[in-house]
Amino acid sequence: MGPREVERSAMTQTTPEAPARRQRAQVKVRTLRTDRWWLVPLVTFLGLSSFLVYGVWAIIDTSNFVEPYIAPFAAPCLTTQEVCEGARLFGWAPVGDWYALPPGLLILGLPGGFRLTCYYYRKSYYRSFWLSPAACAVQEPHGKYTGETRFPLIIQNIHRYFFYFAVVIGAILTYDAVLAVVHKPLGLGSWILVLNAVLILGYTFGCHSCRHITAGRLNHFSRHPLRYRAWTFVSKLNAKHQPLAWASMFSVMGADLYVRLVAKGIIAFPYA
Amino acid sequence: MSYKAKFKVWRGEGGEGRLEDFTVEVNEGEVVLDIIHRLQATQAPDLAVRWNCKAGKCGSCSMEINGKPRLGCMTRMSTFSEDETITVTPMRTFPVIKDLVNDVSYNYQKAREVPSFTPPADVRPGEFRMKQVDVERSQEFRKCIECFMCNNICHVIRDHEENKPNFSGPRFLMRIAELDMHPYDVADRQETAQEEHGLGYCNITKCCTEVCPEHIKITDNALIPMKERVVDRKYDPLVWLGNKIFKRSS
Ligand code: SF4
Ligand code: SF4
Ligand code: FES
Ligand code: FES
Repeated sequence: MGPREVERSAMTQTTPEAPARRQRAQVKVRTLRTDRWWLVPLVTFLGLSSFLVYGVWAIIDTSNFVEPYIAPFAAPCLTTQEVCEGARLFGWAPVGDWYALPPGLLILGLPGGFRLTCYYYRKSYYRSFWLSPAACAVQEPHGKYTGETRFPLIIQNIHRYFFYFAVVIGAILTYDAVLAVVHKPLGLGSWILVLNAVLILGYTFGCHSCRHITAGRLNHFSRHPLRYRAWTFVSKLNAKHQPLAWASMFSVMGADLYVRLVAKGIIAFPYA
Repeated sequence: MSYKAKFKVWRGEGGEGRLEDFTVEVNEGEVVLDIIHRLQATQAPDLAVRWNCKAGKCGSCSMEINGKPRLGCMTRMSTFSEDETITVTPMRTFPVIKDLVNDVSYNYQKAREVPSFTPPADVRPGEFRMKQVDVERSQEFRKCIECFMCNNICHVIRDHEENKPNFSGPRFLMRIAELDMHPYDVADRQETAQEEHGLGYCNITKCCTEVCPEHIKITDNALIPMKERVVDRKYDPLVWLGNKIFKRSS
């Protein structure tokens, strides 16, 4: 027993003799908070919903390419469909003619799953959609609660596999952005894609699973100096994971919309 | 500069009680605990409140002020406007003894259930060799003053009394993470964190981090890393396979 434990057991020896107390203070309201605690969940709800709505539209919309820009939601296009002629990676189309649904459906499950199982997004939608809890010290409306202990939420534990795919997707978006800059260094779209790629990479490498894989799982940092350095870097990004989650979510929507508007000819100026 | 502030303080024994109204003098520089003491001295001599250090270091004066868990001794009156009514109640998650004093024995019970530091049998005291970077992570968790506000705000037990037997609360899940990250601890913490201490109940909504008066990043630095370690142990087929192969070849 360490000194702390000794201290603790001495402290607690008195409790068995004390009368059993089971009653909490009866406070009959859901919360006594007086601030605007509902504001953050409300804004979060609207922000995440707008992303979902935009995502559905982007999957259906077909103007996803205009030389040299590829809309991030469509990259890489894996089908032989004409609509994504330019959005293929090295002209590669592993999915054949039989596939007739929107091409975006094939790829969006991966970044979508990455965000859906992300520790930060989990927090944000548990709070804003499921109200569990909507805000701290605000009683949740559900009678029973088992958290992530059982199906379906126990599946959140596969997050790291989405992280592996997310690294690949981050690399593809970076490649697309670099190509755009090479082909059109003065195009506003090129730099929008670059900014988006940077934010996406910042978000991806700040992932808690990434932090765990680099060195979080080790107990002896000093025996693994390189991994420890990587962990220190990832930890810095990780501390900014929430702002990066929002920034990269809006940048990917913004960049995607921009490319589509250029492709549709709605945005048209020499350096577009 | 002093003014009269309106207070509502929960008074009662056991669970029975109500909010009582007070109008009380407030002077510049005072904290909520000072006002509670003034009430004791002037209007409510039997008002029960627990406190010790008045310096935010003993963790005794946890209470809920305007619905939020706070240390009474660290909550300045200047954070409220003069016409605001300030509501003070005991912590909601634990039984109440009298007025603002909670019975926090749930926490001591949970503390006892975490096996203490377990070094390898063949390392004798004096033979431990660790570098600063090896213990840095756990040092953050040692800043804990055991105010139990994190366990109090955690909705897993705050809103669901029935989860108490299965959930140790952020304070003790963090203690488990501290020991699991310790270079010389050999006890199995990962399996028990999930199966006995209820790590899976935590949905990482971070209220514990929001209330911690020591600003410990409980969720980011203890609970999520611990969840990832549990994934290694229980849910990741690749790690499982890797461990098998590695053990066989070594
Ligand atoms: S992050 Fe987890 S442990 Fe902390 S308050 Fe929320 S549910 Fe409870
Ligand atoms: S972790 Fe923070 S909130 Fe929880 S008991 Fe310790 S000091 Fe209090
Ligand atoms: S991407 Fe957010 S935690 Fe992994
Ligand atoms: S009296 Fe010690 S923390 Fe407030």
